Parts: sequence; C-alpha cells; structure tokens
Amino acid sequence: MLEVRIKKSVGQFCLDCEFLVENEVFALLGASGSGKSMTLKCIAGIETPDYGRIAVDGHVLFDSERKINVAPQKRRIGYLFEDYALFPHMTVRQNIMSGMGKRPDVNTFKQYISRFFLQGLEEAYPRQLSGGQKQRAAMARMLAAEPDVLLLDEPFSALDSHLSWQIEQQTRAVLEEWRKPTVFVSHSRDEVFRLCERAACIHQGKIEEIASVRELFLHPATKTAAVLTGCKNIAEAYRLDSSHISAPEWGVTLLVPVTAISVSAVGIRSHHLKPEGSGENYFPVHTYHILEDAFEWNLSFRTKEDGAWIQWSVSKTEWSPAEGVPEGFWVSQGDILLFGE
Amino acid sequence: MQEFIAFCRQLDFDPLLISLKTGIWATVFSFFLGIFAACKIVRAPTKLRVFLDAILTLPMVLPPTAAGFFLLLLFSRKRLFGAVLYERFGILAVQTWLGCVLAATVISFPLMYKNAKAAFEQVDENIVYAARTLGIPEWKIFFKIIVPSAKPGILSGTVLTFARALGEYGATSMLAGNIAGKTGTVSQKIAVALQSGDYAEAGFWACAVLIFALVCMIGINLFGEINRPFRNKQ
Repeated sequence: MLEVRIKKSVGQFCLDCEFLVENEVFALLGASGSGKSMTLKCIAGIETPDYGRIAVDGHVLFDSERKINVAPQKRRIGYLFEDYALFPHMTVRQNIMSGMGKRPDVNTFKQYISRFFLQGLEEAYPRQLSGGQKQRAAMARMLAAEPDVLLLDEPFSALDSHLSWQIEQQTRAVLEEWRKPTVFVSHSRDEVFRLCERAACIHQGKIEEIASVRELFLHPATKTAAVLTGCKNIAEAYRLDSSHISAPEWGVTLLVPVTAISVSAVGIRSHHLKPEGSGENYFPVHTYHILEDAFEWNLSFRTKEDGAWIQWSVSKTEWSPAEGVPEGFWVSQGDILLFGE
Repeated sequence: MQEFIAFCRQLDFDPLLISLKTGIWATVFSFFLGIFAACKIVRAPTKLRVFLDAILTLPMVLPPTAAGFFLLLLFSRKRLFGAVLYERFGILAVQTWLGCVLAATVISFPLMYKNAKAAFEQVDENIVYAARTLGIPEWKIFFKIIVPSAKPGILSGTVLTFARALGEYGATSMLAGNIAGKTGTVSQKIAVALQSGDYAEAGFWACAVLIFALVCMIGINLFGEINRPFRNKQ
C-alpha cells in the first residue's frame, strides 16, 4: 500500500494532496498544470515536499516531522516518463540492465526481452526504435529494477492513436499480472476508465474527489470531476423548492431528485439529451449550429437569445441533419448531475 | 625545397616544445576544473549561479594583459600570497615555466567551463531522474549518463581549450616573461622575431599555428557531423 500526504508550494502554486493506493491501478485525473506530475515527482523523490509523509507498506520514504527523506535511488519506485527517458547512448540491453544492480542476471534479462517483445532489438539504440518499442523498452527497464510501486506519467500520449490502443492493451496485461500499487497519470478520461479501478480528481493542486472510476463517471460529485470525466454542459444553478432547480444561463427549470441539499451548479452530459419530449426538463431550441466529427454529430443550441450554448452529441448511425433539427430536447431527471458549493 | 629544409634545420624548435607542453598541461587542468565547475554551477541556486558564472567567465572577456597583470600581482614574491607559496612550498610562478601553464590555464579555463556547462544544461533532466529511480548511484549517473550525453560539447570544449592554451600570449608574457628555452612560447617567438625583422621565422611559426588551428576546427566540425544523428531525435 502506498500512502501519500504531501504539501508543497512553488511560487503561487500550492500542491496539497492525500491519498492511499492499494494493490490497484489508481488514476490521478487532472488538467495540465494541475499538479499531477509534481505529485509523482514527490513520490519518486525527485522533488521534495514541504510537509507530509510518504510510505510504502509501512516503510517511510518521506516524513517532514521525523526529517526522513529517502534518496530516490533507495525508494524502489518505478517511474515511466512521458518521453520514456531511455538513455540515448545505451543499447536496449544496457538500458534494461542499468537498473538490475551490479551483476545483472542474463536469464532474467532474457525474460524481460521476450515478455516485452524486444527480441532482436537487444543491441539497438533508442533512436532506432519505433514509439511502441521505446515504450516497451522503458517498461521493461522499469520493471527489471524490481520496484514496489509504479508511477506512469502519461504513458501513451507520445504514441499515434492506432498504436496507443495496442500498447495500452499490452500495458494493461502487464499491470494485471504485476498487482502492486500503481499510480497512473493521464488527462485522457477514456484511458483512465479502461485501465484504472479508482481515480482522484485533482484541480489546482488539490484533490477534490476520490472514487471508483465507475462511480466517478456516473455520478461525479464535483464540477471538477464532471469536467474531467467529459461533461460538456455545466451551468450555474440554484434551488427553487425541494424538487426543482433553476439554471438561468440555460433558461430552464429542471425537475430533480429530492436528495441533494444545496445546489450551486448543474451538469448534463451531451449524450444524455434526447431529441424528443415536452413538459418537464424540456429544452426548446432557439438557435443552433452543427459541427461534424468523424463518427458523431455535435449540435450546439440555446434556448434564448443570450443563453449559454448547450451541446448535444449523437452517433451518425442514430441521427443526421437531413432528418431536421429537433424542436427541443429532453433529459431524464436521473441523468441530471447536481453540484454543491 | 632544399632551402626550406635547410631553413628548418637551423630553426630552434624549443618554442614549439614549450608551447606543446604548456598547452597539454593547461588543457589537463582546465578540463577537470572546467567540468567540475560546470557540474557544480548547473545545480547551484540562481543568484549564486549568476554571480559565479560571471567570475568564472571573466578571464575570457578580460584583455589577457590585464589578466596577466592581476596574476602577476597575486603571485609576485613581494606580495603575501606569492611569498607564502614560495617560502613554504617553493612554488614560483613569475618568470618560470609554471607561470606559462598558470597563465594558459586561467585564460583557457572559461572555454572548457562554458562548453561543458552548455553541454550539461542540454542533457534531458528526465534521463537523470529516470536513472535515480532505477537506483543508479549519483557518481555513476554523472560518469555513465551525463558525461556521455554531453560528450560532443565536452570534446569541442577540450579542443578549443587546447588551441587557446597553445596560443596564449598576453597573460603569459606578463607572468612568465619570454625567457628563451624556458618560457619562450611560439606566440612570444613570433612577436620577438617580428620585432627583430626576421620575417622568415615569424612567418614560419605563424603559418604553423594557422594550420594547426584550422585542423582543430575542421576536426571539431567533422566530429559534430558524425554525431549528428545522435543529437537529432527522430
């Protein structure tokens, strides 16, 4: 288990986060500059937090009160960098063996080579490898050093999208076999949804919400989580009575479940709008414009002249502009996301 | 051709030997001091770095005669530091070959330091971080990862340092003087030969220096070309 509780200020930016990672893949989901990479660097010992405690299976790596700060070399933490950070002047063999101690075992090395499909590339230099091969070599190097914790910093963002899918599947298989605390940093909600069990939403250096990935995508409790999980429509709102809220920017009153206590904002995912209905939770279309995606139509509309734009996304197999633009949209009250202060 | 060989026969090659010896020793000192200073400076806090970098680069921008003047003040037997050095350790830099090496080292040091620093600064810091998380000790990171990555910059710095040390004139003439067979370097020989109207000898040495400098520069450029695919990330 990895325990992290750290505080660190850099100029105006203040990182303040606390989380526990069991033997699972744990995601840090956040916009760029939100402090994800800084958190990983603190765990690895590359950066030093101002206050806090970091421990792995009860073994303290950093404790500001007890003045413990274990050197990164002794932390046994594997770090996969976005650009892989392979040593450019060393071959794949030398790269992988660099973390295997003074007398690297040749058989162990061969196992890593075959496990990561690097046969025949042992004597190649990183500049001769493709993006996918570099990623696999970096994974092999990291795991060959036998770490207790893995930190993956945007491991697929440097790859072409068709390659990234394949590499993601391979990585997923490796992580399932490995089963030790893994922190996965990404700004891709799809990657997080597919690879991780739990996720923390980080915004301006602070963790706003930690939940299972499924829960986070279905019922995000904060605006940050809603935005990070891909909710495109978010507006200010206030409560009218126990079961109604008003969203003035959208020009609508919405019927909502009775449970929420205070409401400051409302969110609706663009896929949850239905081009039908009338009465409660109905959005009449006043003006609109259409954007075409590869496999989707994105229709933005508003309900009044100065209203905020609301986005509807629909698969091309279900609707096309030739059918005519709907007169209005309806949303089920179960799909309405409510956010407190 | 016969005449040229005859001319070379009667030539005194002492200046060449003195210059080469001085150049090699100065390069050795500058090499280690420059790399040491560069790797310390790169990690120093900003304010200290700005100040120390200016001090370390000073010998390059100062007129060599001015640098020689300060060295003379420092190492003169009549001043405290020079006196202590001489009486305690028997070290004398004024009017000696040691002075040649000292002057050449001081003047050529910034070239080594600047090149090494630029080379260290362009080493991808993620590579260093990755090495740390892999458990590689700091000294090994420096020698096995940082230095090889910075190799082209360090090599060109070394060649430039050697060329500069070999041709040092201003500071050397101030500190070590021009004693034939002892501190008389090639550059000082050229000046003396010219003053006494011996254009043949001055010309010979000037051409020798010119060819040497050209070979050095072409060598650096060739090395750069060979290493180009290494530097370009594909």
